[in-house]
Amino acid sequence: MGITFRNETFRDDFTFRNSPEHIRRFPFPFHEDAYMYAVNIEPHVVGPKGSVLENLIDVDEHYVAEMQDRAMVLAEDPLRCQSLPHMTLAGWDLLELLMEQQAQGYPEHFTLTRDGDRWRWINRPLGIDDTFTFGDTSTLPYGPMEYITRQSQGDFCILDQRDGNLWMDAGMVTTQADWSLDFDIGMNFFEWHAPVPLAHEKGIFTRALKFLTNIQQGKPARRLNWTMTINPRLDTSPENYHKWGPDRTTVTPENVGDKVHLRVELQSFWRLPRSNGIVFPIRCYLIKMDELVTQPKWARRLHRVIRDLPDELANYKGLTRYRPTLVEWLSKLDDGSPTSPGFGPY
Amino acid sequence: MAAKSIISRPVYGTLSPQPGKHHLFVADAEGALAIGEMAERTPPGFFDGAEIVFIPGPDRKHVAALEALKPAQFHEAPSFASLLPRLRQTLANAHMGLRLYLSGTEGLIGQAMQAALEAGIDHTSIQTEHRGSLARRMQCVHCKGITENVTTQPATCAHCGLLLLVRDHYSRRIAAFQGVCINAEDRSEIPPMEEIFR
Repeated sequence: MGITFRNETFRDDFTFRNSPEHIRRFPFPFHEDAYMYAVNIEPHVVGPKGSVLENLIDVDEHYVAEMQDRAMVLAEDPLRCQSLPHMTLAGWDLLELLMEQQAQGYPEHFTLTRDGDRWRWINRPLGIDDTFTFGDTSTLPYGPMEYITRQSQGDFCILDQRDGNLWMDAGMVTTQADWSLDFDIGMNFFEWHAPVPLAHEKGIFTRALKFLTNIQQGKPARRLNWTMTINPRLDTSPENYHKWGPDRTTVTPENVGDKVHLRVELQSFWRLPRSNGIVFPIRCYLIKMDELVTQPKWARRLHRVIRDLPDELANYKGLTRYRPTLVEWLSKLDDGSPTSPGFGPY
Repeated sequence: MAAKSIISRPVYGTLSPQPGKHHLFVADAEGALAIGEMAERTPPGFFDGAEIVFIPGPDRKHVAALEALKPAQFHEAPSFASLLPRLRQTLANAHMGLRLYLSGTEGLIGQAMQAALEAGIDHTSIQTEHRGSLARRMQCVHCKGITENVTTQPATCAHCGLLLLVRDHYSRRIAAFQGVCINAEDRSEIPPMEEIFR
């Protein structure tokens, strides 16, 4: 049985919802009752059936709606998808990776057939059936990176590896948590992370870079990151901050459950075979408070994490304005009882 | 000198003579002083293979001092925009062994470096020295327009009019600091504007 794709929106009337199955599979990012930065990188291996790790490239019930939202963002602002001239080969690497992974994980929805360099790609949810020559950009309607990432959930950064560093030289970024690809493209690992507070001093980025530059083909890695978003809005870009920023003033004790969303990024890191680049998919999962607190352990833990978050981090994540309202609302769901270790809901 | 800041913010050094056959200097205003001080430490004949491109202030101060170094070529330009076509041509035709020296305001260093990057020169091979104004080139992240010579925090975007926080986050590719709307969440909050980049 295939996935039933929801017809929903991430803007205007915000009809995005998670089904009960998708609430249970939500990648809750806190394994204990507190949060601080860590180099929380682990091998990206397949996880339990029914989890977001069942397949290494996850496709879920929001797939079609997310791809529609991406097309709208790109129509408004084509600079969200850019690739420096030397990155085309890495784009083909990414196309191969995503076609293979999606076809393998979801054969009822995607089919890839190869006859030498002649490839046929069928994407049933989006009604696409294209035949093209691998490596020949003129046989696709877009460059290879743009073509496949218009058909894949999550943002994608392709990093070139040289001089012992990683360079943000290509990307499709339409669901970002407040950073600009257009501004950061061409920067190295330390430069594009420059605005992140506290983590540089802790040596986080030096260790992370060392790990990432050693990633081997066929051995991807992953980590979780998180923030919060008011309304289930995918496009929280700095470009549009003056349009979505006012949402943060609209949180009241009455609407917390519906408006405030935990936003989790499942970041994974893959070595690309031909270009020796690294692709860095940033897969975004949203869950509204009303949905999240259906799992009592998550409600208790999130209350403690948000309440005790250092101010500097809360500020960086943009929570400051509505944090008191959120903490007060969550406190009513925290009876003080202990929570079990680990991410799961039980 | 600029205070210590975040990693993407450029760090400038002191010009020093590099091994190489050709030496291209691009400077504005007080950037001439950096070239003059370096000249005291250069071997004889160093400027025989040098070109100096200079944008003086309105008083044409330092022009005579630079000419006195007797570079192979001296070019005076009224503005950065006016020298850019020439600079691009020089960089495009440059051979291995060209060394680049940039001195003066951050806007001058940033824009000349941008032209050099576009010509394939590695930014770490470029000598830089900051002299003069701390005024910033700022790109509005919202409308993408560049505002020159920003001296205040916050600053108004010259294109879309939004009130922007001038961040330390800097892009060499754009040759600008990032400006982000400072009161995006509540437009009625108007923080006082202070002159801090002088």
